[in-house]
Amino acid sequence: MPILKLSDISMEFGGLRALDSVDLSIEEHQIYGIIGPNGAGKTTIFNIITGIYKPVKGNLFFKDINLKNYPPYKIARMGIGRTFQNIRLFQKLSVIDNLRVSAHGISKVNIIANMLGFPNSRREEKQIMLKSGQLLEMLGLYEKGMELADSLSYGEQRRLEIARALALEPALLLLDEPAAGMNASEKIELIDTIKSIRDNMNLTILLVEHDMSLVMNICESIAVLDYGRKIADGDPASIRNDEKVISSYLGMGA
Amino acid sequence: MDAFITQQIDAYYLRIIIIIGINIILALGLNLTTGVTGQLSMGHAGFMSLGAYTAAILSLHTTLPFVVVLIAGAMAAALFGIIIGIPSLRLEGDYLAIVTIGFAEIVRVFFLNFELGGKAVGLAGIPQQTTFSIVFLIMMVVIFLNITLLNSHTGKALYSIRENEIAAQACGVNTTQLKILCFAMGAFLGGLGGGLYASYMYYISPGEFGFMKSIEILNMVVLGGMGSIPGTILGVIILTIAPEFLRVVADYRLLFYGAMLVILMIFRPNGLMGDIRWYDIKKRLPKKEVKKCQS
Ligand SMILES: Nc1ncnc2c1ncn2[C@@H]1O[C@H](COP(=O)(O)OP(=O)(O)O)[C@@H](O)[C@H]1O
Ligand SMILES: [Mg+2]
Repeated sequence: MPILKLSDISMEFGGLRALDSVDLSIEEHQIYGIIGPNGAGKTTIFNIITGIYKPVKGNLFFKDINLKNYPPYKIARMGIGRTFQNIRLFQKLSVIDNLRVSAHGISKVNIIANMLGFPNSRREEKQIMLKSGQLLEMLGLYEKGMELADSLSYGEQRRLEIARALALEPALLLLDEPAAGMNASEKIELIDTIKSIRDNMNLTILLVEHDMSLVMNICESIAVLDYGRKIADGDPASIRNDEKVISSYLGMGA
Repeated sequence: MDAFITQQIDAYYLRIIIIIGINIILALGLNLTTGVTGQLSMGHAGFMSLGAYTAAILSLHTTLPFVVVLIAGAMAAALFGIIIGIPSLRLEGDYLAIVTIGFAEIVRVFFLNFELGGKAVGLAGIPQQTTFSIVFLIMMVVIFLNITLLNSHTGKALYSIRENEIAAQACGVNTTQLKILCFAMGAFLGGLGGGLYASYMYYISPGEFGFMKSIEILNMVVLGGMGSIPGTILGVIILTIAPEFLRVVADYRLLFYGAMLVILMIFRPNGLMGDIRWYDIKKRLPKKEVKKCQS
């Protein structure tokens, strides 16, 4: 059974059709890529999966849960973490506190007990600090743990967004243009990071990019989006040779 | 204890100290709503007057212990905090400010016409049970609970709502629940401060809890630094003491007061302490040396 399945999803913004009957099926443990030019509807797909927008048509299933019926925070708690194309960190919180917000999301301790610092909550807070520290280490941010998020460099902020999403202990991680604004060597590093996250944390990754090389390099399956329509999907080799893709997208660069 | 303090401290100063204590309780309440979760509330005096009148009426007409009276006042305010908080979820910024101003105004007009509350004349002869030690004790408990709350992960989730609500939800934060909770807690502290105030002042009237009072408390939170506990306390101390000094320039008081705020906002837009984090000041110092070694 696919971990995420979109069937016949359409989305409109005041007459503009941002998504037109999109089907997607993502298998567990895959790194799945969605590519397409600016305005193709990639971010809109993420916003629909995470419940920020409700589709005008179609259904979407995470495992066997119909996500249409849930608000964003519940979808996050089910185990869907995401990053944002235009960074949305908690700028005036420290790096580690950014992760503690996600930890709050999946906390098993009652809010009142946490607010009053009961013993069970203290134990949990200790665990959270430990886990958050490990995540920061994995993303090379450990030294910055106590700094404010807004004091980080651009690349660090992008990595913090990933760390914060991972602090939800997600089964599915959504990355919205993770390589945007990065130079070549940063991109290579990012590819390693994404692969090691998938392998070490045993999760499924869905990423959106318009950088072709990154997607071809890292994804096992790819869907191509153009003006809200899925024009092709398959493994990287078949996408590279797909005529529709070449004429409408790859051709642009040539 | 109180007898000793009244002997040692000049009545004038003692009065200022007690008012500072009450204002700290009030302002830490507003800090939760406006400073921490970023919901602009400009009607804090409304909650204060609900607490003040509830406590005053109860202590005039019943023999309930003072603590029960205070908590009843705070609970009454918290109830209205929830009632106001729910429709406010759809509103932001200016719109929320208007709703809260309207709410405080409705409360004021209600008490202007409320038989049991003495209408426009207000209530006199409220048993004077607020003492230095009671204010001090309650203030310390409130500060302590605020620190515990804001350092917990729930506290960080509260800040995340102010920082970026969409990202907060994407991190699994139930923003609706926490916003209402903050409104209720803020109103509770408003009502608690109001009850202490009523019983300290001996006399209350609806006029005291007008728009200017709400703005006064809001100024304390903004001046010290939105969301910062030490900042809010400093803001309270400065803005409670400043008018006393400005009495000399009686007619120009408001002018000075306003100018001071404008200047501070230009030089420290985050408030006096809004961007200082105490817990890692120590950790920062050795780091600089490490950087030197590397370069
Ligand atoms: N909230 C919104 N309101 C109106 N139009 C939107 C909104 N979000 C996205 N769109 C439109 O939907 C289309 C797809 O946008 P988006 O999903 O952001 O594209 P991509 O991420 O592929 O660059 C664009 O034409 C965009 O202008
Ligand atoms: Mg996009």
